Amino acid sequence: MGKIIAGVGTSHIPAIGAAVDHNKTQEAYWKPVFDGMEPAKKWIEEVKPDVCIVVFNDHASAFSLESISTFAIGVAPEFQPADEGYGPRKVPVVKGNPELAWHITESLIMDEFDMTIVNEMPVDHGLTVPLSIMFGQPEEWPCEVIPLCVNVIQYPQPTGNRCFNLGKAIRKAVESYPKDTKVAVFGTGGLSHQLQGERAGLINADYDEQWLDDLVSAPEKIKHTSHTEYLRETGSEGIEAIMWFIMRGALDEDVEQVYRFTHCPVSNTHYGLLVLENKDK
Amino acid sequence: MTDQERDYHDIPGTYVFDGTHYRKGYYLNMFCMSLNKQENRDEFRKDEEAYLAKFPVTNEQRKALLERNWLEMLRLGGNIYYTFKLAIFDGMTMQAAGAAMSDSGMTEEEFKHMMITGGRPIDGNRSKKETK
Ligand SMILES: [Fe+2]
Repeated sequence: MGKIIAGVGTSHIPAIGAAVDHNKTQEAYWKPVFDGMEPAKKWIEEVKPDVCIVVFNDHASAFSLESISTFAIGVAPEFQPADEGYGPRKVPVVKGNPELAWHITESLIMDEFDMTIVNEMPVDHGLTVPLSIMFGQPEEWPCEVIPLCVNVIQYPQPTGNRCFNLGKAIRKAVESYPKDTKVAVFGTGGLSHQLQGERAGLINADYDEQWLDDLVSAPEKIKHTSHTEYLRETGSEGIEAIMWFIMRGALDEDVEQVYRFTHCPVSNTHYGLLVLENKDK
Repeated sequence: MTDQERDYHDIPGTYVFDGTHYRKGYYLNMFCMSLNKQENRDEFRKDEEAYLAKFPVTNEQRKALLERNWLEMLRLGGNIYYTFKLAIFDGMTMQAAGAAMSDSGMTEEEFKHMMITGGRPIDGNRSKKETK
């Protein structure tokens, strides 16, 4: 049977991908960041998920204002790294799992989550940076990936509560999959950052730390946080962090925090990394 | 969606990309999006005005794009993930773009320094009522 074995939360800052691609990880600015990721890398090497469902957002790469899906799932056998304006990242092609992706899609839609089903989807830093963070620079990614793309750019984004419930529905879908498959769910994006306007550069580390505490032990407390509160407190782009609720919803009520690391700043962002496992494994 | 008053309008220096901005900035953003393709980047580099003429942007938007007025682009419906594609085209970093939008004559170095020392603080920046 399918089983959700863990959840990972990580920011997906493009500069992290650039640092990996241009061998800058040992430079003074980057070393503490990459050192801080090391325990999570070691952990995932041990737990070896067969499939990672990576919840991410597209940044005007595969999708545009032409058509905006709130939730989209990638069902293709593979996904190419996207050209975001400076040529595609030189990372391995992302291999999907169409059979499991279709199983999840069917289960979600029957559960009244009306997913957009996507075949053609070049994946940008939102998806490839988390893979680099967790797996480094392998010849091939060591697992299959099901991309789950959330609109967090166009207001109104889905609510935290909706994301949390989608996570629960994903768990139900995975657990009804007949083949033995170990699945990890990645929630990506955030934490506080604002890229635009006169307020660009905003960071609210205290808010983020409290939010992480609550996400781990009391997600019910923050799942109804309003859009305006995110925009105000965590910056206009900080609202991305709602995607972590999908990861959290796919886990038990009680979880073990295996690892947590934050670093301020990475580029313009408060970086966050979280590894969670169900207590009852 | 009507262009009504929103509670987030009270957040200083922030252009929430809602339906109003979407409608205003559609072609400006779609022009920026087109720069994902190498052949379009090449064509734009050869003759900016000629390439931009293919998109029905307003005169104000055209001016802001050609002059690289990053804040004005946001005011005219630009979304940062789209306008940043033009910044990438110019070889700008996110910190240089951040400095240019800060509206206080901040340099890229000053912006970087602000980030390394913890970023722009939230205190005093939550609402327009707080800022002078
Ligand atoms: Fe993002």
